Amino acid sequence: MERNQYLDMFIDESKEHLQMMNDQLLNLEKNPEDVSIVNEVFRAAHTLKGMAGTMGFDDLASLTHRMENVLDQIRNEQLHTTSDLVDVIFDAVDDLEAIVNDVADGGDGKRDVSNVVNQLEQIENGTWSEEEHAATAEEMKNTSGGETPFFDDFERTVLNQSKEQGYNAFHFQVSLREDCILKAARVFMVFEVLEKCGEVIKSTPTVDQLEEEQFEQTFSVTLVTKEEAEEVQQKIMKVSEVEEVLVSVVDVGMLEQTDQSDQSNEDTSDQSVEQQEESKSIQPAQEVQEKQSATPRTQQAESNDKQQQQTNKTIRVNIDRLDSLMNLFEELVIDRGRLEQIASDLKSNELTETVEHMSRISGDLQNIILNMRMVPVEQVFNRFPRMVRGLTKELNKKVNLEIIGAETELDRTVIDEIGDPLVHLLRNSLDHGIETPDERTKAGKPEEGHVTLKAYHSGNHVFIEVSDDGKGINREKVLQKALDNGVVSHDNASSLSDKQVYELLFSSGLSTADQVSDISGRGVGMDVVKNKIESLGGNISVDSVPEEGSTFSIQLPLTLSIISVMLVDVQEEVYAIPLSSIIETAIVKKEDIMSAHNQDVIDFRGHVVPLVHLTDFFDVPRTREQDDYYSIVIVRKGEKMAGLVVDSFIGQQEIVLKSLGNYLQNVFAISGATILGNGQVALIIDCNAMIK
Amino acid sequence: MAEMVENETMNDMKVIVFQLKNEEYGVAVEQVRSIERVQHITRVPRTPDFVKGVINLRGVVTPIIDLRSRFNIEEVDYSDSSRVIIVSVGEMDVGLIVDNANDVIDIPANAIEPPPEVVGGLEAEYLRGVAKLEKRLLILLNLDKVLNPEEIQDLKQIEAEV
Repeated sequence: MERNQYLDMFIDESKEHLQMMNDQLLNLEKNPEDVSIVNEVFRAAHTLKGMAGTMGFDDLASLTHRMENVLDQIRNEQLHTTSDLVDVIFDAVDDLEAIVNDVADGGDGKRDVSNVVNQLEQIENGTWSEEEHAATAEEMKNTSGGETPFFDDFERTVLNQSKEQGYNAFHFQVSLREDCILKAARVFMVFEVLEKCGEVIKSTPTVDQLEEEQFEQTFSVTLVTKEEAEEVQQKIMKVSEVEEVLVSVVDVGMLEQTDQSDQSNEDTSDQSVEQQEESKSIQPAQEVQEKQSATPRTQQAESNDKQQQQTNKTIRVNIDRLDSLMNLFEELVIDRGRLEQIASDLKSNELTETVEHMSRISGDLQNIILNMRMVPVEQVFNRFPRMVRGLTKELNKKVNLEIIGAETELDRTVIDEIGDPLVHLLRNSLDHGIETPDERTKAGKPEEGHVTLKAYHSGNHVFIEVSDDGKGINREKVLQKALDNGVVSHDNASSLSDKQVYELLFSSGLSTADQVSDISGRGVGMDVVKNKIESLGGNISVDSVPEEGSTFSIQLPLTLSIISVMLVDVQEEVYAIPLSSIIETAIVKKEDIMSAHNQDVIDFRGHVVPLVHLTDFFDVPRTREQDDYYSIVIVRKGEKMAGLVVDSFIGQQEIVLKSLGNYLQNVFAISGATILGNGQVALIIDCNAMIK
Repeated sequence: MAEMVENETMNDMKVIVFQLKNEEYGVAVEQVRSIERVQHITRVPRTPDFVKGVINLRGVVTPIIDLRSRFNIEEVDYSDSSRVIIVSVGEMDVGLIVDNANDVIDIPANAIEPPPEVVGGLEAEYLRGVAKLEKRLLILLNLDKVLNPEEIQDLKQIEAEV
């Protein structure tokens, strides 16, 4: 029980960290020289390793450990970022994801990761020898006796710059008491003291090893500071259980000389390394260091800042709790309605004032509760860059995915459902839309295709657009396919507008790719996408310009739990019709109703619209006489329309969508229920099911 | 789940007693969430006759079935003594309309007998057993069977065919 509780948290957090790694690795590939990105990935990997270790998932822990080693070398500039290197790390992340998913599905988190581990080890070892080589070369350049540090290029640059800015560099050797129990905690305290005085340039063993207590009693730290060595020494001594602190001055001037001689050495070695190893080259990358050294910041201080920010910002709340909060609140709204009624009947000023105040507050409360259920579409979008990267490699295309408006918020329930349709649309754009680099060059376009994923609010809806600058939709091809599959007849074909032809893509059994590929194009899918979107109360449309690209646009309701409806009377019963389905309402004279094939129809703005008598359709007990005028609600499903005959319109209202419960599933033409102001239940009509 | 039900019949049980026509029935207290008066029921079209519709039960839309109709006993108008017993089976909450519900009693394990073939027109599969208590005869319902949503689907199909 206990472990399960932690397990959920572990899985959630692991997924977050993995997502972060994915994002940052993509970033890193674009900006291979940005060490701060490596730091982000490193941090995520490190946290994951810690959690995996605690939970006893050894494969996970050991794999992250390997990853960490490699990442550590990247950030220490001992390894140069290349696409191949990132590929290996991605593979590792894939394995990690597989393990976490396995754990989430109730597995034991075991997985054969030896392949990736080997690759990581090779990378790691390839540089280990290099580092050792450097270490031996520098060993003689020590400043004082005892344990002495060696500095890589980056650290030397930092030291030089600090010197120029009037900082002093000291080397502290700190010994803890032998009976010290919480060594990691003391280390942390010492670092805290040091970071208040200046910047920690280097520590031996590394900070991470120190955090894991992988040292005996002694560790050493190099610090740049404006304070005097003795002051700092005394401050460190104030930390409990610190036995002894030895100080020595780091002679930056001497380092500088060695630095220069080193540089020329490395320049030559540079080339040879590159010749030896094409893919995993190791370069000192001078420019990067200069950029970095402009802001000498230590890794640890940064990570502390970040962690604090995160913990303060959010708490996790189970969605069930939000749902029950919502339920309770709705009860309150119903009671509020009653109170308002009572107050107006009693005409008591005091009561009316109080009730009005309560109404305002509960209105605010409603907004907050609804907002709590809103999450940024980022949650769905953030897995796409990775997917696009993989697909482009597979398809041998070059594509840049641009994401706009990832912060746009949608109801949680919509977010959960929207992922798959979007995956399909993106795949479609990559596979069918974007041409191969050759074709693009011939057509006079840049080699790299551009796919934009854009989300934005408009009114009560959220729009998500997937657009590409590919070859656009080929009208003739689509028509031909549609004719072959009998979706349209020859007579109709020529009269269809471009837009109508494009909409044919959503009918089942169409795929225009000449070759069926793994990625898309089995002719199933686009119709599934359309159905899915419509079941969410949304719409999808497509537009395209030949040779310039196509745009798929999805319109979604902001939330599924609160929708706008029109309430209508059918005899003595009240039904709700979603506004999103309604085109307009009309009152029609009895004489204007015509009959075709035993079906009542009306002529509505030039269209013949069939009528559905709700009284008959829902077997409502008759209590009223039909008068000479029919009240009709015109609804639509895609291009098709129908007129629902009701007895009277009550009005428009925002209502809370509720299910009919598990006992009554799939009631025909009813999509759910809602509770009205008088406490009674009204059923919501599913217009999609009514129009065939 | 099924095992637990088996075991329960072996032990003493506490049941809510309700009436339909002249018979007394019992459901285990563990399965009962609350007992309500009959309130406004919203009819749900295109469902079997015994599904009377849905009510607003403290903000939750809850389906209601009429047990008389469910067991093919002739229906009567609801009176002041009519009650809705809200029962919880698996993931479902369902309200049962009964003539009245006014007793909670303990039944010793040895008073429970397996159901005879037919009791009051009820098929044996809806029953968990029959309890004999002095002069009373209590019919214990097997709610899992009585409230089987698949049966609704089946009935719907039959209706559609008719």
